[in-house]
Amino acid sequence: MNIIPLWLHKLSSPPVFYRFAGALRPWFLWSALILGTAALYGGLVLAPPDYQQGDAFRIIFIHVPCAWMSLFAYFCMAVAALVAMVWRIKLAEVIAMECAPIGAAFTLITLITGSLWGKPMWGTWWTWDARLTSELVLLFLYLGVIGLFNAIEDRRRGARAASLLALVGIVNLPIVHYSVLWWNTLHQGQTVNLIGQSKIAPAMLWPLLMMALATHLYFVASLLARARVGLLAVEGGKQWARELIAEKADA
Amino acid sequence: MHDFLAMGGYAMYVWPAYAVFFIVLAWDWIAPALRRRELLNELRGRMAREQLRRQRAAQSNTQQEGASA
Repeated sequence: MNIIPLWLHKLSSPPVFYRFAGALRPWFLWSALILGTAALYGGLVLAPPDYQQGDAFRIIFIHVPCAWMSLFAYFCMAVAALVAMVWRIKLAEVIAMECAPIGAAFTLITLITGSLWGKPMWGTWWTWDARLTSELVLLFLYLGVIGLFNAIEDRRRGARAASLLALVGIVNLPIVHYSVLWWNTLHQGQTVNLIGQSKIAPAMLWPLLMMALATHLYFVASLLARARVGLLAVEGGKQWARELIAEKADA
Repeated sequence: MHDFLAMGGYAMYVWPAYAVFFIVLAWDWIAPALRRRELLNELRGRMAREQLRRQRAAQSNTQQEGASA
């Protein structure tokens, strides 16, 4: 076996992953907190007010990173769900299911901050426009995955059923992403372009990208923490889990 | 400082947006920690009950042996 598949194979063993995730989690959390603080300072203090939107545009520094995360978390969930369906790897099932609440949290933040931004700029909290509606559908997909998983008594069967739903729901991702191009919407178009020129001043761009990095790091930290709990829940009766619980009574 | 908090007149939109961001993510961080504590208590309880059952079984075995002897 090749060295990387061998390593992955080892890592997918629940006790190994449990320890690995526990060791990595603080690094991701602290780097997310440090970068996030710097990004907040850059966005709220250093960046100048927008010439059209005044200071209301500062919502962008949380709205856009969270919107990206709402799609990224779904993508991660779908990849883990595919692995879970094809190879029936326990760890992939746990990761797919633990992505859902984090993605739902980011989607909720996106919708609420968007609403708070829409009121002063568009004059309305909500409109049934393509971007907003598809993002709301994304939230319902997350809630559907969480609900289906919790509705089935057997955790592994529940995870596989919810994984199937997660895979079907992936059709919504391009709709969210391209909705501002495909339809005439109230929502503004893309501001940041990975390929080519972004339509934003550097003083506004760096806090935005730094916050995006911070939310990605936070996502990993939260996923590792949740995956540990999820693994303990499925593997609670196994020897490694018993040893772990017995060895530290205060764990 | 006052200007900063006023957010150019948009304070009632900007600050609640940031508050939502922090509250939802704080919930995201706390929820699994609570679930973990609950789960560990449950598993510990299960292990303790099993041990008790084993002890009882061992005790009744020795009693039975004593009675048949």
